[in-house]
Amino acid sequence: MELLLAIIVGLLYASGIYMMLRRSLVKLIIGLILLGNGANILIFLLGRIVKGKPPIIEDSAKVLTDIYADPVPQALILTAIVISFGLQAFAIILVKRAYKVVGTDDLDQMNATDEDL
Amino acid sequence: MSNQYIIFPVLFQLFTAIVLMFFWTKRTAQKFISMGGSVIALGIAVWLFSTVWNGGIFTMQAGSWQAPFGITFVADVFSSTLVLLTAISGLAVSVFSAGSVRNRRIKFGYFPIFHLLLMGLNGAFLTGDIFNLYVWFEIIIISSFVLLTLGGEKPQIEGSIKYVTMNLLASVIFLTAIAILYGLAGSLNMADLSLKIPEIENQGLVNVTAILFLIGFGIKSAVFPLYFWLPASYHTPPPAISAIFGGLLTKVGVYALFRVFTLIFVPDEFTGNLISWIAVFTILAGGLGALVQTNIRKAFSYLIVCHIGFMIAGLGIYTELAIAGAIFYLIHDITVKTNLFLVSGMIFKIEGTYNMRYMGGLYRSWPKLSLLMAIPLFSLVGIPPLSGFWAKIFLIEAGFRTNEYVVIAFIILGSFLTLFVIARIWAEVFWKKGAELPKKEYVKYFFELRRAKQYAMIIPIVLLSAVTLYIGLGAENIVAVAKVIGADLMDPSQYIEAVLGNSNPTDAP
Repeated sequence: MELLLAIIVGLLYASGIYMMLRRSLVKLIIGLILLGNGANILIFLLGRIVKGKPPIIEDSAKVLTDIYADPVPQALILTAIVISFGLQAFAIILVKRAYKVVGTDDLDQMNATDEDL
Repeated sequence: MSNQYIIFPVLFQLFTAIVLMFFWTKRTAQKFISMGGSVIALGIAVWLFSTVWNGGIFTMQAGSWQAPFGITFVADVFSSTLVLLTAISGLAVSVFSAGSVRNRRIKFGYFPIFHLLLMGLNGAFLTGDIFNLYVWFEIIIISSFVLLTLGGEKPQIEGSIKYVTMNLLASVIFLTAIAILYGLAGSLNMADLSLKIPEIENQGLVNVTAILFLIGFGIKSAVFPLYFWLPASYHTPPPAISAIFGGLLTKVGVYALFRVFTLIFVPDEFTGNLISWIAVFTILAGGLGALVQTNIRKAFSYLIVCHIGFMIAGLGIYTELAIAGAIFYLIHDITVKTNLFLVSGMIFKIEGTYNMRYMGGLYRSWPKLSLLMAIPLFSLVGIPPLSGFWAKIFLIEAGFRTNEYVVIAFIILGSFLTLFVIARIWAEVFWKKGAELPKKEYVKYFFELRRAKQYAMIIPIVLLSAVTLYIGLGAENIVAVAKVIGADLMDPSQYIEAVLGNSNPTDAP
């Protein structure tokens, strides 16, 4: 399972960066989304994967003695997903707006900010 | 010591933003609420600073979850100084916005978003938890995205594509670094990490994580070679927004770099040299970039990059004196850069253009205003009694003590380039005989504005210039603050003790 997840993380990062290096705006956003998902799975992977051991303390004990699934990475991922959802929604609207205003989705054509006003 | 009230600067900005939303359609009311809120926020920040200055480091455990398990907020001198500077710049920009931002922008929620941005900044300065820092960063960038695109003009949209992309990429890299750090140390509390990192066997992976943090924060603070988004976007929004971006947003990245690289990762020889070289090239790239610009706001944008290099150089030298010098520079830079962009907005309102080739004769037509604008311009260069000078003295002295002659050479070169750029701006904009410019229909000129609006643009510049003069003329007080911060950063044991206290940190899962 760890190996599979590691490969998936690598693939997501690689394809995300590849997509970001393309000139099209839409591919840029897809690249960002893939990268974000890669990071989320990386947090999950590095929080150690433990199956079927919920972090619940038994009535008779004060602390957890056995190995258990760490809930913190899941909280982190949840936060990161919510944040990246908001940011991606904004980015998609921005791309749509940019296409309307500039009239192209080719990043090489977007040089207006580098010219003298 | 525990103090529940250190979260106030954050909560108060949130409160102001919510109140502003209730006045969504009432533009005048929004302006007054924003200004009033900023004044109270300044009061809170002064209170926080004086409390921390007299009483030491205060902490707050969110939800009473003891560190290192819960989210901790920490107010040490470094954080509270930056909160104070945020409040000062926030007040200035809020007043300036009331005078200069167009109604159609205010109609779409300019002021609430502005206060949410300030909330994010205060949160980022006060948090003691690395993942919480990430969350505050996201709040800052989403607010800045909205402020940058508000209005939807063509250059704004193009600039923000670059800005949004690079900031999202920086966030992903930051998140990746946090993931690896959590995997290695099993903790997110910065004080706890500071204790745990040296015990990790796999120091190679720790260094990789450090470099990931360096890249993530490097994009945010616009260091060489990651700065290209900054001059492409900072000159596109209205001047009030550029002012808060130029003054504070890149400095959050610098703050995070200082925090992470003094508390969690202590730079080894390789990382230290890397940071020094980055600083050197940042100074060079920013300075040379500023030389060739004719748009004053683009010239100032490149100067931001150049001066980020000075602060990073302090981190690269890594002695107490160098850190204190860099902190002094940070304090000086926040006020001056905010002021410079406000000045550029003022110049635009008077002349109707940002291109310095077409301007001229400002000194002849507005002599008093020109003298006022001279204060931030000359402090930026660091002409002796003014504020930029003292910071550089410390940096150069620290460089001599550690034999970092390359860094010293580039700091001097960077100052010279700044001098050249500012002299050129002064000659072109203020002294040169100005041709009569054709009046533009869509620009509302300064002399056409109502009296109240004119004062709303002048007062913030006066306020920030007064702060700059104080930093320059009352330098011994600022030096005392900078030295305390330098000592705190180089020896984080007080910080760690304040956060973890006697809670007896058992091993986190």
